[in-house]
Amino acid sequence: MTDMTSSLAGASQRPASTRRDIGIKRRYAAERRFRAYGIGAISIGIFFLGLLLWTVVSKGYTAFLQTEIVLPITFSEQIIDPKNERATNPAKLMTANYPLLVRDALVQKLGLDPANRAEVKLATDMVSASARTQLRDVVVANPAIIGQTVSVALLAEGNIDSANKGQIDVTVAEANRKVKDKQLGWMQTLAQDGAMTKSFNTGLFTSGASSRPEAAGIGVAALGSLYMMLIVLALALPIGVSASIYLEEFAPKNKLTDLIEVNINNLAAVPSIVYGLLGLSIFINFAGMPRSAALVGGLVLTLMTLPTIIIATRAALKAVPPSIRAAALGLGASKMQTIFHHVLPLAMPGILTGTIIGLAHALGETAPLLLIGMVAFVVDFPGSPLEPSTALPVQIYMWANEAERAFVERTSGAIIVLLIFLVVMNLGAILLRRRFERRW
Amino acid sequence: MNMMSEATLEKAVDQKMNAVPHKMIGKDVSVYYGEKRALFDVNLNIRENTVTALIGPSGCGKSTFLRTLNRMNDTIDHCKVTGKITLDGGDIYDPSIDVVELRARVGMVFQKPNPFPKSIYENVTYGPKIHGLARTKAELDAIVEQSLQKAGLWNEVKDRLHESGTGLSGGQQQRLCIARAVAVSPEVILMDEPCSALDPIATAKVEELIHELRANYTIVIVTHSMQQAARVSQRTAMFHLGNLVEENDTDKMFTNPDDQRTQDYIMGRFG
Repeated sequence: MTDMTSSLAGASQRPASTRRDIGIKRRYAAERRFRAYGIGAISIGIFFLGLLLWTVVSKGYTAFLQTEIVLPITFSEQIIDPKNERATNPAKLMTANYPLLVRDALVQKLGLDPANRAEVKLATDMVSASARTQLRDVVVANPAIIGQTVSVALLAEGNIDSANKGQIDVTVAEANRKVKDKQLGWMQTLAQDGAMTKSFNTGLFTSGASSRPEAAGIGVAALGSLYMMLIVLALALPIGVSASIYLEEFAPKNKLTDLIEVNINNLAAVPSIVYGLLGLSIFINFAGMPRSAALVGGLVLTLMTLPTIIIATRAALKAVPPSIRAAALGLGASKMQTIFHHVLPLAMPGILTGTIIGLAHALGETAPLLLIGMVAFVVDFPGSPLEPSTALPVQIYMWANEAERAFVERTSGAIIVLLIFLVVMNLGAILLRRRFERRW
Repeated sequence: MNMMSEATLEKAVDQKMNAVPHKMIGKDVSVYYGEKRALFDVNLNIRENTVTALIGPSGCGKSTFLRTLNRMNDTIDHCKVTGKITLDGGDIYDPSIDVVELRARVGMVFQKPNPFPKSIYENVTYGPKIHGLARTKAELDAIVEQSLQKAGLWNEVKDRLHESGTGLSGGQQQRLCIARAVAVSPEVILMDEPCSALDPIATAKVEELIHELRANYTIVIVTHSMQQAARVSQRTAMFHLGNLVEENDTDKMFTNPDDQRTQDYIMGRFG
C-alpha cells in the first residue's frame, strides 16, 4: 500500500512535458498502414475474381442458347424406303438417306434451283450434320410418320449459330469468312419467317462429345464426374474419418504415429499428377482395371482427397473441448461411446466442411485423369463406372483445344456449369453446418 | 426435508462420526506423471455418507488424488498409479475391475460446468441410458425428475427440459452436472472445485446441495476456499507438495490442527 501511494505521488509530480515517448503515434500509424494493406489485398482479390467471372460469363452465357432451323420435313417414302422393305429389314430405317430430306426441305423453303449444286450445298451446310441422326431417331421412334410432312427443329451448324449470335465479324472479306454472304441472306429470310430461332440449349446438358460443336455437350462428362464423386464420397469419407479417429483418439503417441502424421501432411501437398501416375501403375497396370473408367478415376481422386479429409477431421476432433470427453468418461461411458455419442457429433460440421472442400477439389481435378486415359472422346453415356467415360474438367480441357468459335463459347459455358456445381456444393456444406450446429 | 430433521440428522451423523465405516481406502497411493512424482504414499480413508474436503495450495496433488478415486487418471498418457485404493473392500485398480462400472459407482463433477450440448433431459438421461438403468420412457422420466430434484434444479427447469443445457446460467449448469452424476445412482461423488467458476449465490446453492446429498452419497470435494471446506465438510485432508499433511475432523482442523503446516496454510501464511 505504501509503495503504491509513493509511486502515484511520483507520477503526479513529474511535469507533463517530460512524459516518456512510448511511440503511441508510431503504433497507430503502423496499425493504419496494416489496415490499408489488408484492404488493398482484399480489393485486388475481388478485382481478379470479378475479372475471372466476367470473362467466363461474358464468353460463355451464349452457350446456353442454340440456334435452330425449323423446317417442314416431308418424310418421303421414296427417299427413306423406296423398296418398302422396312417391315422385313428394320436396319433400312437406320441407313436411309436422311440428309436428302433436309436438302429437299431447304430447297423448297428458300426457293432454290435444285440444279445449282453449289448453291444447294451452301444451303444444306447451314444445317448441322447431326440432322441425320436427329431425323433417324424421329423415324425409328415413329415409323408411321413416313409419308407425312412435319415441322422439325434442326440444329444450325456451329458457324451459323455463331453468326446468328453476332459473334462472326461480317466486315471481313467473304473469302476469309466461314459464313458466306448468301448464307447470311438466307439466315435473314429464315429469321423473318420465324424459321430460325434461338432456344435453350438442352443438348449442352444431354449430349456427349462430338466433333460438331452444335451437337457437343457435357452430359457424358457430367455423368462420369458424378460416378467419380460418388466413389470418392463412398471411400474417402469412411476411410478418412476412421483413420482420423484412430490417430487422434486411440493411437499411442510415439515415433511411428508421428511419422504417419508427417507423411499425411506431406501427401496433401503432393502434386496431383503424381497420383495419376500412381493410379496408372497400380490400378491399371498392376490390378488390370479398365482404362478411361470412372472407377479408376474415382480411386485416384480418393487417394488424392484422403489427406485433406484426414487433416480436416483431425482438426475438428481436436477442437472438441476436453471437458466434454471428461464429462462422458466421468459418467462411465467407454472411450468408444464418448467418441461416437459426443465427440464425433460435435466435430461433424468440421468434418463435413473438410469433406466437401476435398470433394470440390476432386471435382475440379484434371491432371491425374489425363494419365489414366480419361481424356477420351466419349459419345455414349457410360452405363457403369467400369465403362469409358470422361469428366467435366477434362471435357473443358478438350474443348479448349478446339478452334471453332462455337467450341470457345462451350468451353466457357462448361466452366460456368462447373463453377455452379462448386458453388452448390459449398452452399450445401454451409447448410449442413448450420443444421448440425443448430441441433447441438 | 425441513430444518428440524436436517439438524437432527446432522447431529446423529456427527455423533456417529468415528464409527462411520470407510467407503474408500487409499493405501500408499503414489502417482507419477512420466518421471515426475505427483503423490507420495498417501494414506487416506474416505468415510461413508460424509463430506471429505481436500485442501492445499495449488499443485499439491489434491486433484490428482481425487482423480485416482475413479481412475480418471487413466485417460492421461504416461500417468502411473501405485499403491492400493479400495471401494467397499474391492481393489479398484485390479485388472478384473471394469473402469466403466467403477465410474458408474464413483461419479464426478468437474471444475468448470460441462453439460453436453444437448437438451437438459438428454444430459440427465445419458448416464442411465448407457448403463441400462431404465427400460421405458416413464422410468427415464422418473429418473430425470428425481435427479433434478436432488440437484435442486427441478423447479427451475421442469418447463424447459428439452431446451439446451448450455443455455442455463453457470450455477444451473453446475447443478445440472450434479444431477447428471446423481442420475446413475453412484455411491461416491467426486467434486473437483465445483464452485470455482460460480458466483457467490450459485456457490451457496451448490454448497446447500452438497449438504443435502450427503445423506445418500459419500462426497469428496477438492476446494481452494478454506471457508467452503469449513462450511460443507465433516472431514478435511490437507495436502502439501504431494504429501498428505494431516487428515482430521473439519472442526478440529480449523481450530486446532495437529500440524504446523496446516496451521500456516489455514492462517494464510503460504499457498
